[in-house]
Parts: sequence; structure tokens; C-alpha cells
Amino acid sequence: MQIDCDIHPGTPGTAALFAYLPQAWREMSEVRGITDLASINYPDNTPLTARADWRPASGRPATTAALIGAQCLDAFGSDLGILNPLFGIQTLYSDDLAAVYASALNDWTRAEFLERDKRLRASIVVSLENIEMAVAEIERLAADRRFVQVLVLAGSARPLGRRNHWPLYEACVRHQLALAIHAGSELRNPPTALGWPSYYLEDYVANAQAFQVQLTSLFAEGVFNKFPTLRVVMLESGWTWLPPLLWRMSKYWHGLRFEIPWADRSPAEVVRDQVRFSLTPADAPADPARLQRLFEHLGSDELLLFSTDYPHAQFEGAEAYPPGIDGALRDKIGGANVLAAYPRLNEAAP
Amino acid sequence: MTERPADIVDCDIHPAVRSMADLDPWLERRWIEHFRQYGALRNQHYVAGGGYHKSQPNASRRDAYPPEGGPQGSSLPFLRSQHLDQNGITVGILNPLISSQGVRNLQHSAALCRAINHWQAERWVDSEPRLRASIVVPYEDPEASAVEIGRWAGDRRFAQVLLLSRTSFPTGNKRYWPIFAAAAEANLPVGIHAFGNSGWPVSSAGWPSFYLEEMVGHAQTSQSGLVSLVVEGVFERWPALKLVLIESGFTWAPALMARLDRDWAILKSEVPHLRLKPSEYIRRNVWWTSQPLDEPDNKRWLGDIFSWLGWDRLMFSSDYPHWDFDDPARAIMFPAGDDDRARFFAANARFVYGFA
Amino acid sequence: MGKHVVAPVTDFPQGARRRIEVDGRGIVVFNVKGEYFALLDKCPHNGGSLAQGVITGLLQSDEPGKYSYSRQGEVIRCPWHGWEFDIRTGKSFCSGIRARARPFPVHVEGGGAIVEGPYRAETFPVRVEDSYVVVDA
Repeated sequence: MQIDCDIHPGTPGTAALFAYLPQAWREMSEVRGITDLASINYPDNTPLTARADWRPASGRPATTAALIGAQCLDAFGSDLGILNPLFGIQTLYSDDLAAVYASALNDWTRAEFLERDKRLRASIVVSLENIEMAVAEIERLAADRRFVQVLVLAGSARPLGRRNHWPLYEACVRHQLALAIHAGSELRNPPTALGWPSYYLEDYVANAQAFQVQLTSLFAEGVFNKFPTLRVVMLESGWTWLPPLLWRMSKYWHGLRFEIPWADRSPAEVVRDQVRFSLTPADAPADPARLQRLFEHLGSDELLLFSTDYPHAQFEGAEAYPPGIDGALRDKIGGANVLAAYPRLNEAAP
Repeated sequence: MTERPADIVDCDIHPAVRSMADLDPWLERRWIEHFRQYGALRNQHYVAGGGYHKSQPNASRRDAYPPEGGPQGSSLPFLRSQHLDQNGITVGILNPLISSQGVRNLQHSAALCRAINHWQAERWVDSEPRLRASIVVPYEDPEASAVEIGRWAGDRRFAQVLLLSRTSFPTGNKRYWPIFAAAAEANLPVGIHAFGNSGWPVSSAGWPSFYLEEMVGHAQTSQSGLVSLVVEGVFERWPALKLVLIESGFTWAPALMARLDRDWAILKSEVPHLRLKPSEYIRRNVWWTSQPLDEPDNKRWLGDIFSWLGWDRLMFSSDYPHWDFDDPARAIMFPAGDDDRARFFAANARFVYGFA
Repeated sequence: MGKHVVAPVTDFPQGARRRIEVDGRGIVVFNVKGEYFALLDKCPHNGGSLAQGVITGLLQSDEPGKYSYSRQGEVIRCPWHGWEFDIRTGKSFCSGIRARARPFPVHVEGGGAIVEGPYRAETFPVRVEDSYVVVDA
């Protein structure tokens, strides 16, 4: 069994969502010229945004279920795939516009992809601009068991552990949905705490630091204490940065325990219990021996979930795994770990 | 604990003023009066200091109050007895964290930096041969910073130029290049010490709730500064520049270097000015000080990081008198060869800073 | 192991601490609400002197945002990295930590049983009407 946990369906433009927008909002979009919500998290033509062999002659990649089925699921031998749409509805400032487009995006994903290929599953995309409306969107879609998680971006406006987000996590737990944090930013804050970098390369590298901040926030705020059954999945995050971060978090926790007295498990324990990471990009050392040592630092073979990050260009050819990950571990990463992370995937196919 | 090394260079000691009046001898009357009325206007919330309250007063060891009074770090005699003598420090580098850098009134910032540099040299280094100072500069005014560096260039009391990590633009941004140019011209390393206030939230996901998050977060903000220095091409432009990341952590570096190399390989068409891989620049131009040492359950894992980064890149620092201080006697608690220890405790710093 | 005198009971009020040296090791003794407890004066984390730490109560929480405060005066925070130890047992309060401040047994002895201590001059007069705090170390 192999399940690809990070696939990105391409949205050509807002017009692709019009069929799923109420008439008034469709007209509003046309009148105002709201033609596209793709964010600068992935400018269309960078070498990273689409691998050359996955980029069509014109337009955006991965825009149909057929393409994803062939180029991703078939090509990599995956039995199931989880779609994480990245059309940038999160960057919309207006609560209502953001909510309307989030719903349209989710309905588009369902109709154009989930309905057309039974191997596909998806994220419920929400805007964090208005948490009540985000919860309403989850409630609206939760009964459809093909949605396995709620998707938010690593570059959020406030650290994700903060209590204003908690109704979202309550809804996740209530409906056995994972919380997925994906690379990218709402761009309410600059990509770094030092302001705005000059280069896209810096913006993209900065995602790793954003994930580090979020893990620290979730731990410090006690999200794992308040929601002991919540599963958090970090997508397109990298994971080789994890052990040093856990060491640092643990060091400061010991001296600053009284600031967060609810924390009753070490950072390493909460991660082993409740946090998972998609495989790609691995940002792995080139030397397989060093990767082995890194796995010892990680202390668990249950943390990684197979992913290709299709159609992003993270690797060449058909080998998603970095050197040094063998057959038995691949079985876990592709199958058992994923099924453990996503309770809904264990249910009979809907 | 093993036998203490005979030669220990401490790359991070924080001297403190008893009050800002200590700087008056080197400030014009107008700045003394200005400070009295308006304070030092920074990107900080409180009259008394930063937004995240520390875990202990002055973020310092409770046992470091000098017997004669004053805040921790304000007494040279007590620095000698409690730290330099007791811990066998042969050379100590002063990194003042006193209101000056990042002050929003750029003229005031420059005046305070000038005064602090005099204060370091005349009140500390002149009286204690084991100490060296750092040239603090008003980095948000890069031209004025270049002037300040030029003022002290060649003065052997000063070991480096000092910046703080949370600059208002990523630290490699071209607006800051006059600073690197002046440091390179003066053949001085540039040290970047954690803290400062950029004016942006302290994380890329907004403002965290807890001091704990700010402290862990220095690892992330220091990574952002390093990425900027590399990608903007500061090391390409000044191949001989030595850059020291102070109190930034270092265990994050191998994973960051792998990520940077990978992403650069994919996106290199965006940055044609870079002729080397990012990790190659880092291995050539960057050193890290050791404090605060991370604490894995298995201390040998820390040793792995030392091996992966290279024993030639890491330099001991204590952060005296701060609370998360590292005692040199307990810095290397995993198997390490004598040559490596000697590098870590002294030889690397002597090379980087040009101490004989 | 031997008995070491710390201080007269009358010179050792509640909330106070006293430190003695035994064979080059520091031992800090605390009076917690009339009971005496002694710890090695060396934090198991990095060796800071617990005698110079601050005594607090214990802040705990079952749930983020809810706080319960108890055991005022029974916790010592290391003056360096802030690790917290139960003065009564030496146990640390961070569940991830296995380290324990080394406790030593402490009891109150009548004036006649003094053996040695910082008042070690055995030539010191013994005030039999006072109680002395004595430590085994």
C-alpha cells in the first residue's frame, strides 16, 4: 500500500470555480476582474512550481483528475492520493470573499477530482480570517469522508497554537480530520521575522523556519494537551530540521516550565504521539550513512508520510525517496504511517 | 567533566552599564538631555524594555549580582573573579546589548554606539588585558555604521563589528552592504548576535505568546539572516569576510545547508550572481559560537553536529552573565579528541579574530 | 557520613536557608514551614548553586489557560537555568527531566549531640538550652 500525501491540483483561474460560486459572487468577480488567486508562494513559471515533464504546453499543471491519475498515482504506483489545493484563497482579506472562495475551491476539488478518480482524497481548505466561518465550512463538508484533513498555511497571521484557532481544532477532532499545515504564507507577515527577502529562493527556504515556529507554538500553547487526539501533519515542510529544534525546545522548556505549566510531555514525545511530516522535500544529507544517523536522532520510524509533492519539482525521475531509505521503512512510510495519521483512510472506500 | 583546557576564548560576554549615565562622558549634552526626555526610541513596547518579559531579571543569573551593587555584568572586578578567573578564560569578547543599535532616531543611535564603543575600550579593555570589545554600529544607518567602523579600524582593542540578528530588512540586503564593505576594508569579522527588534513580529507567523517561543525562535531568525547573507551574495562579494553567528544556535545548520543547496540547485536561474553552492559559502565564511548548547537526551548527538559542521567552525561562548549561560567545564560532554577541543575552546577564535 | 551542624534553630527562621561546606561540597539547608530539608548545593543540570536560587511555589496546570498555585515556599529554582526542584525531595518538576537534586537526610538534634560543622571548633561552648540543626553528610 502506498499513499501519496501531497498532491497539488492546479486551478486555472477563478473562472474554473465560477460554477461553484453563488451567482452574486460570480458576477462580483467578473465585474471587478478577480481573475486569479494564485499566490506568490508558487509563481507559475519557476523551475520549482512545475517539473518540466509535468508542465503542459500551456496553462497550469495538474488541472485534471486524469493528469493526476496518470502522471502521479500510476507513475509512482500509489494506491491513494491526497489533494492539497494551493489556490491562494487564504490571502484574501475580506472574511466573506475568503469564505466564499474557500467553499468554491472545496466544491471544485470534490466535483472535478474526487468524483472522477476514486483513488483521490482531499483537504478542506479554509481561510483563517474568520474562524467561525472556517468551522462552518468544516461542518458543511465533514460528512464527506473523502476529506481527510483541514488545510492551513505555515505562514499564518498569528502562530497556529494560539487560542483563537482552537475552535478549528475542536472541529477537526470532532470529525476525525487531521490538521494539515502546508508550506506557503498568507502573507499577512513577511516571509521572515527580518522582513521581506529579495529572492523567491529565500521565500521558499523560509518555509522551513515557519514550520519550526508553528511546531513550537503548538507545543507551547498546549494544543497537544488540549487536543490529545488531534493529528497534525506538516506538508512540504522538510523534516531533517526536526531533531535540533526538539533539543532546543526541550532545553528552554526545562528552564521555563512555569511559563507553560500545562506541558506534560516533552517536545519529542508530543511529536511522536501527534505530529507527522510528508516525505518530500526531504532536504536529506547526500550521504546515506548520515541519514541513518539522522533517523536515530529522530528516534522514530513513524514520523514520515510518503509524498511526491506533484507537480512541484523536488526530484528528478521516478524515485521520490532520498538514498538510504530501504524497503521495510518504505512500506511504513508509504502505508502504515499514513493510515495511522489519517483515521478516515481506514474506512471502507466511500 | 574533563580537565579544563588551558586556553579558553569566550566569544560572548555581556558587559552592562549601571545606568545609561555611565555613557555620559562620551555623549554630547544634547543627547544626554534627549535621552532624559525621550529615552531611546526602539521597536520595543515598554519604557523598561522588550515585549517578552525574561524569566529572570536582566535575563541573567541570579548569582551574578556584583557585591558592590549594580546589575549583573556591570562590574569588571566581579567579571574577573566570578567568570574570567574562576572559569579560566584567557580571552573574552564583549558584546554589549545596551540601548543603541536599532534605536529609531538614527542620529541618536549613532551617538549611543559611539559612546558605548568608548566605554568598552576605556572602562573595560584598557583595564583588563584578557578582554576585547566589539564595534557596535547603528546598522539601520549603514553609512553611519561605516563611519563608526572606520573610526575604530586598526584599534586592536576591538575584535569585530557587532550587529544584532533582528534587522529591519534581511541582513544580507544591499542597503546593509556599506557595513560589510567597511568591515572587510578594516579586516574585521562581523559578528551577528541574537536579538534586536526588527519592527516585524518576532516570527514569520506573527507574534507568539511566550518568552519560551522567542528564545527558541532565535534559531529561526538567525537562519533567516544567514540565508539572506548567502543568497544576496555578501560572501560572493567579500570572499574573505568572516561572519560569526553569536548566540544563534548552530545545530540547525546542517539541515539548513542541505535545504539551501537543494533549493538553490532548482532555482539557481534566479540568482546567477552566486558562483558557489550555498553550503560552500557557509563553510568558507561562517563560524558559530556554541552557547546556548542544545540538550539532546543523548549527548553524542550533539557530537554528530560538531562533526557534520566541522570542529573548525565552532567556538566556545558562555553568554556570561545571562541565565542560559554555558559553563566551559560542561560544554563538551561527549567524546572528543584533544585537537578538536583545542580548536573549539581557543584555536578557532584566535584564527577568526586574529588573536595571537 | 557524619553529622554536621548547620545553625542554631533560633538562627534559622522559616523561609531561610543556610549553606555549609562538607569536604569541599556545598550543602544548602532550607527551613520550610518549620521543617528542615537539605540539598547538595549543585544543580544536577549544570552545577549552579541552588543556595543562590529563588524559592517559589508550584504553578501547575491541567489545561492551557487554567493555573493552580500551591506549595508556596517549597520549590527552589536554580539561579542559572531556572530548573525547579521540590525542596522536600529534590525531585524536579519538569516531567521530561530525570535529574534529581541530591537530597540529604536532615533532622533536628538536641544540643548535646553536636559532632562537627562550620561551628566546628569543638572548643565552642555548647548551649544545651538551644536546639541545633544538624545535618548528616
